[in-house]
Order: sequence, then C-alpha cells, then structure tokens
Amino acid sequence: MTHATPQKLGVLKPVSPKPALRRFHQASWDEPVIFELSSAGQRGVLPPEPEAAVVDAAGDVFDNLPAGLKRKTAPALPEMSQIHVLRHYMRMSQENLGVDLNIDIGQGTWGMKYSPKVNDQLARSHKLSELHPLQPVSTVQGILEVMYRLEEMLKEISGMDRVTLQPGAGSAAIYANVAMIRAHHESRGEGEKRTEVITSSFSHPSNAAAAKVAGYKIITLPPDADGYPDFEALKAAVCERTAALLITNPEDTGIFNPRITEFVDLVHKAGGLCSYDQANANGLLGITRAREAGFDVCHFNLHKTFSTPHGCGGPAAGACGVTKEMAPFLPTPTVEFAGNSYYLDFNRPHSIGKIRPWYGVTGNMLKAYAWIMSLGADGLREVAETAVLNNNYLLNKVLEIRGVSAPYATGKRRIEQVRYSWEQLANDTGVHSEEIGFRAADFGTHYWTSHHPFVVPEPMTLEPTESYSKEDLDEYVTILKHIAEEAYTNPEIVRTAPHNSTVHKIDQESFDDPDAWAVTWRAYRRKLLKNK
Amino acid sequence: MSPKKALVYPYIPNSNPVAREEMLKATGAKSVDDFYADIPDSIRLKRKMNLPEPLLAEAALVRHVEGLLSKNKSSREVVSFLGAGCAQHHVPAVCDEINSRSEFLTAYAGEPYEDHGRFQALFEYESMMGEMLNMDVVNVPVYDGFQAMGTALRMAGRITGRTVALVPATIMPDKLLKVHDYVKPDLQVGLVPFDPSTGLMDLKALRKQINAQTAAVFIENPSYLGFLETQAEEIGRIAHQNGAIFVVGVDPISLGVINPPVEYGGDIVCGDIQPLGIHMNFGGGHAGFIASRDEEKFVMEFPSRLFGVATTCVEGEYGFGDVAYERTSFAVREEGKEWVGTAAALWGITAGVYMALMGPQGMVEIGQGIMQRVRYTVKKLNQVSGVKTHFANTPHFKEFVVNFDKTGKTVQQINQLLHEKGIFGGNDLSADFPSLGQSALYCVTEVHTQADIDTLVNAIQEAVK
Amino acid sequence: MDTIRHAIELGAVPEALQRATSSLLPLSPVRDSLEVITYPLEMGETSVRGAGFMPRVIGKIRSGATTAEDTQRAARELCALEVDLLLFAGGDGTARDVCSAVPAQFPCLGIPAGVKIHSGVYATNPRHAGELAGMYIQGKARLREAEVLDLDEDAYRNGRVGTCLYGTLHVPYRPLLLQNQKAPSPASEARQAEAIAADVVEGMQSGVAYILGPGTTTRAIAKELHVDKTLVGVDVVRDGKLIAKDVTEKQLLDLTERGPAGIIVTPIGGQGFLFGRGNQQIGPEVIRRVGRGNIIVVSTADKLRALRLQPLMVDTGDVEVDAVLAGYFSVVTGYKERMVYKVIS
Repeated sequence: MTHATPQKLGVLKPVSPKPALRRFHQASWDEPVIFELSSAGQRGVLPPEPEAAVVDAAGDVFDNLPAGLKRKTAPALPEMSQIHVLRHYMRMSQENLGVDLNIDIGQGTWGMKYSPKVNDQLARSHKLSELHPLQPVSTVQGILEVMYRLEEMLKEISGMDRVTLQPGAGSAAIYANVAMIRAHHESRGEGEKRTEVITSSFSHPSNAAAAKVAGYKIITLPPDADGYPDFEALKAAVCERTAALLITNPEDTGIFNPRITEFVDLVHKAGGLCSYDQANANGLLGITRAREAGFDVCHFNLHKTFSTPHGCGGPAAGACGVTKEMAPFLPTPTVEFAGNSYYLDFNRPHSIGKIRPWYGVTGNMLKAYAWIMSLGADGLREVAETAVLNNNYLLNKVLEIRGVSAPYATGKRRIEQVRYSWEQLANDTGVHSEEIGFRAADFGTHYWTSHHPFVVPEPMTLEPTESYSKEDLDEYVTILKHIAEEAYTNPEIVRTAPHNSTVHKIDQESFDDPDAWAVTWRAYRRKLLKNK
Repeated sequence: MSPKKALVYPYIPNSNPVAREEMLKATGAKSVDDFYADIPDSIRLKRKMNLPEPLLAEAALVRHVEGLLSKNKSSREVVSFLGAGCAQHHVPAVCDEINSRSEFLTAYAGEPYEDHGRFQALFEYESMMGEMLNMDVVNVPVYDGFQAMGTALRMAGRITGRTVALVPATIMPDKLLKVHDYVKPDLQVGLVPFDPSTGLMDLKALRKQINAQTAAVFIENPSYLGFLETQAEEIGRIAHQNGAIFVVGVDPISLGVINPPVEYGGDIVCGDIQPLGIHMNFGGGHAGFIASRDEEKFVMEFPSRLFGVATTCVEGEYGFGDVAYERTSFAVREEGKEWVGTAAALWGITAGVYMALMGPQGMVEIGQGIMQRVRYTVKKLNQVSGVKTHFANTPHFKEFVVNFDKTGKTVQQINQLLHEKGIFGGNDLSADFPSLGQSALYCVTEVHTQADIDTLVNAIQEAVK
Repeated sequence: MDTIRHAIELGAVPEALQRATSSLLPLSPVRDSLEVITYPLEMGETSVRGAGFMPRVIGKIRSGATTAEDTQRAARELCALEVDLLLFAGGDGTARDVCSAVPAQFPCLGIPAGVKIHSGVYATNPRHAGELAGMYIQGKARLREAEVLDLDEDAYRNGRVGTCLYGTLHVPYRPLLLQNQKAPSPASEARQAEAIAADVVEGMQSGVAYILGPGTTTRAIAKELHVDKTLVGVDVVRDGKLIAKDVTEKQLLDLTERGPAGIIVTPIGGQGFLFGRGNQQIGPEVIRRVGRGNIIVVSTADKLRALRLQPLMVDTGDVEVDAVLAGYFSVVTGYKERMVYKVIS
C-alpha cells in the first residue's frame, strides 16, 4: 500500500461509519525473559550504605556464622539499570487485558467491575502503607476507624450481627466460616459427630474445597431439572451428621433458589448450620440479605462485589458476617470501639484463632470502604439493579446468536450472570467453547468457560456487572456473533486463533512432562538449554 | 422499590435513565423487579439500607478518607524498630510504579493468550526467587508466609504419609495458631524446645521427639526471635535419617549473604516476600512462597499454581502456562489438595521488580548492611546499664531480643517512654515468651541510619534511668 | 516425522462409509507421513480412498455380505501388524467386536456411525475422531480406559431394554485446552475411581461379604484390596479377600443366607442402570436380603455428568424391590465425597 498523495485525495473515503467490529491488536513486544536482559555490572537501585562508624563497630559480621550458613556466591539475579527494569515491566504490563482496558464481562463469577482510581490513590497514602501492625493503638486510630465503619456497613448489607475482615480472599473467608462452624459444633460437644458438609453442584467449588481442607466429608446436591438445587436430595442428605450447608445463591448459573429458606430451615432442624457464599451478591445489594434467609454465617468478596481491583490474582480480601451466636468464634483480633477510641481485642477464648497474619488486607478494606461511601444505600441498590438489568439485556441478545443456549430454567430471568452453552455450535461445527474464547482474545476481550469439571457442556459464563454501558454489551455480543458465524463458515480461523494477541498457540505438552517442564529460568536452562 | 432519583452515578453508566429505559424495553420487562421474580417476598429487604449518606463528589470522598487517615502516624513520621515478621524496608519507587499500573492492577485470571504479560512477570518472579533459593521450583504466591508454612507442612504430610510436624518453640505464636488450625485434619504439631542460652533448637529433645510418624521437621532461618539457627545442617540430617522432610522458613531479604536452605539439606522452603518491595500496609502487605527441588514427588504436591515457560508455534517466541496442571499422582485421600483461589499475585510481580532492581550486588549489600547495623545496635545497647540482648553469641540477621529485667522496668513502660520521643520500640515479648522475662523484639533494617540507632540507644538510656 | 502406521477398519454399517471419510479429513495435512492399513472395500478401503489416502489393503471379504466375524478378524489382523492406532467406525456392536478381538491395552478409537452408541470408546462426532487421532499420533493426546457398552442381551430376551458392560478399550482423549485459572484441576476418571476405592475400602466392615458388581469403578475397589476382579462379572470379597468370582444369582442367594452381606454397584453408562442390566446376578431376592441400607452406590462424577445428572434407573424385574430402591442414594464419588442422587424405577 502506498501513502496517499495530494492528487489521490479525491478518491480517499472518509471513515463513516466506524466498523462495528474492532480491529484489535494486542501489544506484542516479544520481550526476552528478564535474565536475557542482564548486563554485567549494571545496577537498578542502590541500598543505603551503613555509616563508617557502624561498619567499624560491627567488624566482620560473618565471623560467628558457620561455613554452611554463609552464602558463597551472590544470587544470580539479572543485572540491569533502572530504566531497563522499568521498561521491561512496562512492556509486560501492556500485554494484559485488565478491566481498565476491555469490556471485561467474560470473566463470569468474578465480578469484574470498575475499581475507582481515587480509591487506589487513597490507599497508597503512607498514612496506610507505612503503618506497622504493632504500632501503639493511638497511632492507628484512622485505619481502625475505617475497619470498624466498614464492618458496620457490611453488617447492614448482610443483616448479620458481626463481621470480620481478616480473610485474605473469598476462599479464605469460606474456610474461616467452616472453621467457625467446626468450633461451634465442638463447643457443644458435637465436633466428632458432625462430619458432613452439604453443598450444591453449582455452588462455587471453593465451598467443597475449603470444607474438605477442614476435614469434612462433602455431600453434593445435583440440580433438579430446572437447575435449582434438588430439595428432595437435601432431605435425603440431611442427618445428625450434618455440620453445615454451604451454598451460593444465586448459583453460578445466575438462577436464584426461591426455596432457600426451606433449605436453611431443614438443615437447622437437624442441628446443622448454614453458610451463605455471597460471591454472587452483586445483584442482590439492598434486595435480600443473608439475615432474612436465616443463614448463620456468610461471606463477601471485597474484590468482587465491593470493587477492589483483582491485581492479576490478588491481593484480594474477604469478609465474613456472622450471627451473634457465632460471634465468639470469630478470628482474633476483633476491632472494637470504646466510646472515644478504637482498639483491637485479642482476649477471645473461643476464637478460631488466626486466618492470616495480623488483621487482613487493609488496602482493600480502605478501597471497599471508600467505594461504599461514594454510593450509599441508594447507590448500592442502583449497582444491584443495573447489574441485573445488564445481565438480562445481555441474555436476550446472546440467545439470538446461532448455536448458543442458556441451559436450565428456560424462559426465566437470571440474576447477575448466566452460564451459557455452545453445545449446539460444537455439535454443528466441531468448534469448542474454549476455542471461541481464544478467538475472542483477537477482538480485545476476555471470555471464560466455567470451573472444571464442566457440568454445563461447552460452557461460557458472562457477568456484566454494573460497570458496562449498553454500547459495551452490544459490542461484546457483536464479537460473539461474529465468532459464531465464523465457526459455521470458516471454522479454521477460530481453531487457529488467537491471531492478534501477544502470543500464538503455545506448545502445552512440556507443561505436563517432568523432563521438560520449567517453572523457573534455571530449570529451563538446565533441562532445555542444557545449561547454556 | 426505592423511588428513583434522577441521579447518574459516574461508576454506573447504565444508571442513566435514558439507557435504562431502552434496555428494559429490549428485555421486555416492565421494571427491574421482573428480574427478581424468584426472590420470595419473605426474604426481601423492605426498607432502604441504613448506611451513611454517600459522598457523591470525588472531592468530598477524598476529604473524608484523608481525614480518617490523618489520624494515623506512619513509620515515616517516627523511628520504628518494630518487626516480628512485618518489616520496614525501603520500597523502590519502580516497585510502586509497576504495581500501580492499571494494566497489572486490574487484570485477573485471563489465559496466557490475553494476559501474556502477567504470566511472564510471574514466571520471572518464580525464576528470580529460584536464583535466591537455588531451587528450580517456586510457586505463584499464596496468601502469606503463614499459609506457605501450613501448606509446606501439609505437602510433607502427603509425601511421607505421616502425621506429625515438629516445629521450634521459638516460632511466632500467631503463626503457630494459624498453622496448627490449618494442618489439623492431617498433622499434629509438636514443639521442640530451645536452649535458653543460645535460642537454638535443643537437639537432644529433637532426637527424642522424632520418630516414624514425623512427617516434617521445620526450622526458621532467621528464627522469629532473630537469631540464625546455626545447627541447621545437623537438624536436616536428623530429619532425613528419620525419613522426615526438612522444611525451612527463610526471610528472603537475607539471601544475599545467608546460604539458601537447599545448601544445608532443606527439602521444601517457604516464607513471606513482604520484605521484597512491599509496604507493610498495617500488616496487609504479605504474600507467601513455597519452593522445592524439581522432583515430581514434590511438584505434584503443590496446591498452588506453577507457571512455566514453553515454546509456541512461532519460532523464537516464549509462551507461558500452568505446569503439571493435573496434579494427580499422589495422596488420593486429599483430592482437593487445599484450594486455589485469588491470593497475592500482584505482590509476586512486585517482588520480581524488587529483585531485578537489586540485582546480585544489591542483595549482598543490603544483607551485609543490615547485619552490620544490627551488630552495631546490639553492641551499643549492651553498653546501657541493665539492658542486655538475649542469645548474644548466636549470629543474628535483622531482629534480636532485648532484655530489660535488670532495669526494673517493663517493656510496656519503656515503649511508652520511647513513644513519647517519637520512637516505636520493639515488640513486647513478655506475654508470649515469659521465660525471656521483660524482653522486646527489635528490628533493624537498611532504613535505619546511625543517627536513628543512636537516638534509640540514648532514649533507652534515659528511659531505664 | 516418522511414518506412523495407522489402521482403519469399518463395521458393516452403511453410513459408516461417509462418516469414516469425513473423520479422515482432519488428517489430510499429514497424509504423507501416515501409512494407512485397511480392509477391502466397504470395510475401510472405500472411505480411506475417498479421503484421498492411498492405503495398504489386507484381508479378504465378501462385499455386501460382511459379518461381525469379519470385523473381529480385521481387528485381530491389524492388531497383529502392530498399528499405532486402530480406528473403527460403527456403533456399540462394532465396539464389542473390536473389544473381543484385541487386547484391552491396544490403542483404539471409534468413529461414531452406528444407530446406537453408548460406549465411551467413540469420539463425539466423526470429525473429532480424526482430530483426536491426529493429536494422538503427534503425541498430543493421551490414552485412557473407556467402557464398551451394548444391549444387555439377557434382559432383552426378557423384553427389557438396556445396556451393559462388555469390556474396555484404551482410547485417546483430548486434554484440556484451557487450564482453568481459578479452581483445582479436575482429577482424571481413573484417579476418581482410586479415590472412591480408598473411601469404600476404609468403610468396609469385617465379616461382611461385599458383592461387587461389574464395572471399572468397582474393579478399582478390588484393586485397592489387591484382589483380582472380573470386569463384567459379579465377584464377592470378605475381609479383604476374594471369596467368589464371577458368581451366579444362585451363589449369591446361598451367600446371603450364610452371613451379613453388602452390595457395591456402579451405574452402567449409557442409560444409567443401577440394577437389572448387566448385573442380573444381583437379582431382586438378593437385593431384598441384603437390604437397601447395605447397598453402596459408587460412580465417578464424570460418569454422572455424562448422564447429564439424569436419574439412575432400576429394573430388577420385581416391582416391589424396584419401589424400595427408588428414591435417593448417597453415591460415593470420591474420597469423603458423595452426591445425593435420584434413582427411579
């Protein structure tokens, strides 16, 4: 192609309209692995040198170290000047699709919503970042007040009597809830007897995993024909061995279980407790709460519902809400208010102990606090209603696409997400849902199938939260529709995708081969470069 | 339904009534209530939530939150000697720059095809940790060092099929509490006493306690109380002679000068990366690592993710992905093998930036500089009448125990006096370690100048008068 | 690329021709590196040539009048030639013929072309079969054991329809394309069976005779006990020892008179029959004597998902026993894992 010259101006066509489908191409810096950028003698940052008097007084600090404890050669880290470190990481940063770059509705169940920049900025203050957890309590009144107030707000949002912010993420919060349930039964002398935890097929798999880590036997309820957890199965499952029901509602299908109070009552009658996984709470804020449904404990993910950024997979934060009967078991310490000042209460004899060091992921607490404060009760309800509106709008549009369906509860509305199925398309074209996902990357967006193992065949889970506009949703649907058409007419382009991403098809085989896998560069050098 | 205010929320594009109407129409619903049809009336919240009035304008929010934060006093405004597993180190600006990049900050769980950069950055983190530890396998970070230790012990339990973990009695009580709870279904935790004069593990006791049920022997280097376990090699030998796994916790910032555990027999190594470029965040800046040799029996027991490097269909291109994704070979009784969830990936990326900035020379200098400052401080403090440091003949890394028994004052009293002078004294150990008397755990790092240390020593001198 | 020897043979089903051809199309790009060995005409040759391959043809048939014996002979001969993968097209009957002719470890793959397909040895469609074969010969797919199911002839003679297990074959399967980022990886089906076995064996009581129904999952339990179990027969273990092998209903009736007994069964894939297909030895009277409470149902979660979580079925021939069995069973799906599952008659 040649550049337009003045005499050709007459044939240039203005862009009108802009094509509906974005011609995306991701940054692709073809960046070496950092060790390949090393240049002997370069320095990235200089540590402060101790003063001469300190050095003199200290003498040889290794003189009393046994030979086996003294490192003989410096770790073989890369040697780089500062700008080269910065540039390398800046380039890698561009090879990601975060919420701030894409219509991130394709990572369903994870509440990908906008994390307001102002909250990040506030959390970077040294008045938070440079606090030590053991400082005198009089010097941390501000952060304790934030924690206390956030707990108060989450109490109102869940309806529960007490909240802890200690868990480092949603799964850790589920684990904390299971540990409290175990402590409750033990306190009544029933610890040995209550050995079983009940969950459902479409509840988040962390419920089963956390309960299993805690030593429980897991009883799963399959969905009934409409996709609701089978109540008759629950009746068959509940017994004197039942420690708890751990359930998500709406489940990952976006279907709300209308008989939830019957579930809870039945388990309570047998002496079990009920734990509400509120990972999917985004569509329910101000609509319905754990308290009204009768739960004993519940948890929120601050990085899902309450907007804190996901950080490439953490740090996240979880919050557990409990009834006053369960409060004695909360992790230590709790944040208390003594009329004019805040303090940490460590004297809690029935507590399950610690879920993580200190008090939790404080940066995320501050961000969640600021987010709620910027919205208030009306704003939170607006969040919920908009998330649900967006989801149902999307549902209507997606179902117009050839080859896709929304299994279960046909014709019904969903709450905040939907687990779709491309089974028809896969049967027609041989193109799998995963491959559609690879192709979606070519248009600059995410797409997620489902947790393994797949109960819904050829799944796709979309959750549009409240952060996306109608135009965003329309664009996403346009992409899916285009890919579905390609699958029917030119499947090869889908199967060989991605074409416009940073990388091309990765050779997966070595990842499962102990002789070839390489979790570190040193392993790669040893195994594949034969120590070059 | 709450009455609709004509308010458009900046974070909620479709709160705009125009868009809302159009979308409702497209769904055929009369109102958003239609979408909630499955939620029974009995569990509806029939009132508005009782929450504080919102601060709708960003400016108002900033004023409010900064007002709260201003009630805090940060370590930058005082001289702090607090440590106990959370330490004040200098955080290079590039670390904060990178972890504030919205491309990293707001990414999540995409495949390598959308998030190549995240995979590469975390692979490089693992690789640089691998160089620090001289080990070929390092995981994507777990929540924190407590979790890393709990998991490392459970891995040992699965590998050996045994049921007891032996842990030094000098361990941090909070950590013991968490680990104890976490390993409970599989392992009992036994405490091995320490020699009161050196702090080191009592090997006679260890030899007595270890048996065919011992899955793991765990030590920390440096220990919670700051000293280095100089008998590490012997402890490893005892563990191995008894068929147990030798698990070692380390402070990664010591690894420029202190030998990594694999060199003295460590099988699984774990710890917390907070010192590597992550702010203390009131205790919210932790992330844990677990490392092992590249042997299938270890790799298959990692419950966390391991990113690996591979080729792609394009020559000369790197691709990244999950190594041994189907970790299925061992311990059928623990199929779930703990859980994989959102943990602390951003801190892993940050620690990677830190290690790249520091380079080999930086790690040596910082380690040596810290040890010099510690020695200087210890010497000076021991000159103060009535003050002595415990385990004085055992080498230390960045923390040490200062005893005030002979001053007739409690740690609490002394810390109060120090606080009045703008100093945060060491963590009071008198309740957790009564055998150490009125003692405090002091932490000295590269952030401390000679003047800071002299100020402390003078202040203590005055306080104990 | 080394020359890969590849065998194709077809069951005597007309639709097989076109379907087999379309299954080979994904292999066209690597045509030159493959050696294809096949049987004449409608038993492979026609389809193979239709896809543009030049096969080596062995054996003789009477075109238009091929039988199950031809299929078995072809499978045996191709297996003797040590082909890398035996592809066959047809339905459950063909799979059974192949299964009876080749060792269970021999790599095979079915191209679905029959009227009834319940066997797990078939790809989901012909195209996938070709893709899987391609992946396998490039080392990108692994083998797993899959069940060969077909009409239960005993039941059928009594006017009841259902499938039962006839054996297993080793077939390639497609590994996950995506490595799910957020949850632990799912265990392989064989691994799930091991976990189930660990759970069941731990719960076994001394002095109780456990009647082990047919299937790969129940076989895993026998393996955990270090006893050798028949795959399609019913065996009995007590106190960790095999006390009877491939038993008849009569033997079970005798056994249940002599002491406490339990039954361990796994649903048969396809329609998900728990009793009454392929395990008629465990007849209604045996079930009645053992009692519902002493029946342990085991199944991998994969198998239940393959049934689309539809209810399991019982058809013992005794309405009363069926009624007692109907309802919910706590199915052992892993170590300390259960799924509360519906059973209908």
